[in-house]
Amino acid sequence: MANAHSHDSHDAGHGSVKSYAIGFILSVILTVIPFGLVMFPTLPKSTTLAIVLLFAVIQVIVHLYYFLHLDRSIAQRNNVIAFVFTAIVIVLLVGLSLWIMFSIHTYMMAK
Amino acid sequence: MSNLVTNAGHAHGHDHGHDDHHHDSGEMTVYGFWLYLMTDCILFASIFAVYAVLVNNVAGGPSGHDIFELPYVLGETALLLFSSITYGFAMLALYKGKKQQVLGWLFMTFLLGAGFIAMEINEFHLLISEGFGPSRSGFLYQVNKHGLTATNKTRLSCLSLFWHFLDVVWICVFTVVYLMGTL
Repeated sequence: MANAHSHDSHDAGHGSVKSYAIGFILSVILTVIPFGLVMFPTLPKSTTLAIVLLFAVIQVIVHLYYFLHLDRSIAQRNNVIAFVFTAIVIVLLVGLSLWIMFSIHTYMMAK
Repeated sequence: MSNLVTNAGHAHGHDHGHDDHHHDSGEMTVYGFWLYLMTDCILFASIFAVYAVLVNNVAGGPSGHDIFELPYVLGETALLLFSSITYGFAMLALYKGKKQQVLGWLFMTFLLGAGFIAMEINEFHLLISEGFGPSRSGFLYQVNKHGLTATNKTRLSCLSLFWHFLDVVWICVFTVVYLMGTL
């Protein structure tokens, strides 16, 4: 019984043709729109930048969910914990580094 | 990290008794590979930080805005995305136990991956501004070749993670380097 259950959740963790197709179509949309906005500029620069960044974040999440099969199932729990920990490290590492470097830049320019 | 694993195993044992061993070595290997990918992720993130700091300091040389060709990058992205889905189909065939289909999809993935690398190598005639492309591609190619001979489920699962993970890194590359560089 326990075995059959673990087998089921195992299969669910590998996705299906449908889930790969959904992920693929979403990725195409989320790739083409930012490329289009940058190649044929129609919106103000700051708006385009915001959309490009937002779409990148959404596409990363789409890939994690549909291709890498990160979800809220028990089988994926440790993987998700590791990923969240890594994401926090990255936010600190990149965010704080850029903060330091750009404030140095600003202070140097001010003189 | 090892704490997490032992804790999870312990809690599990409590729930189902000590005879529950469905966390076989294959699953642990894939989990370990995932942890490796997470460290790789941190490495890429620090390279992105370096890039972001240096990107505007071109000392009068050409910046990304002058040399990037977005249609070309879109082509590379398409190849990588197609290879992601063909690898996904290879994994689905693997779980159905259809060896011929697995090899077919893996071969498709190999061709698409090789096409991506060919385009990237070609592009490096022009691109001097980022340091992480060549080493990353070299690794990708190596692992891809390795995948053609591996029939082991665990190894293919790890490669699957690696392959899709590279696609995630590529999203960050085309967004931060190419799109924001051109904007």
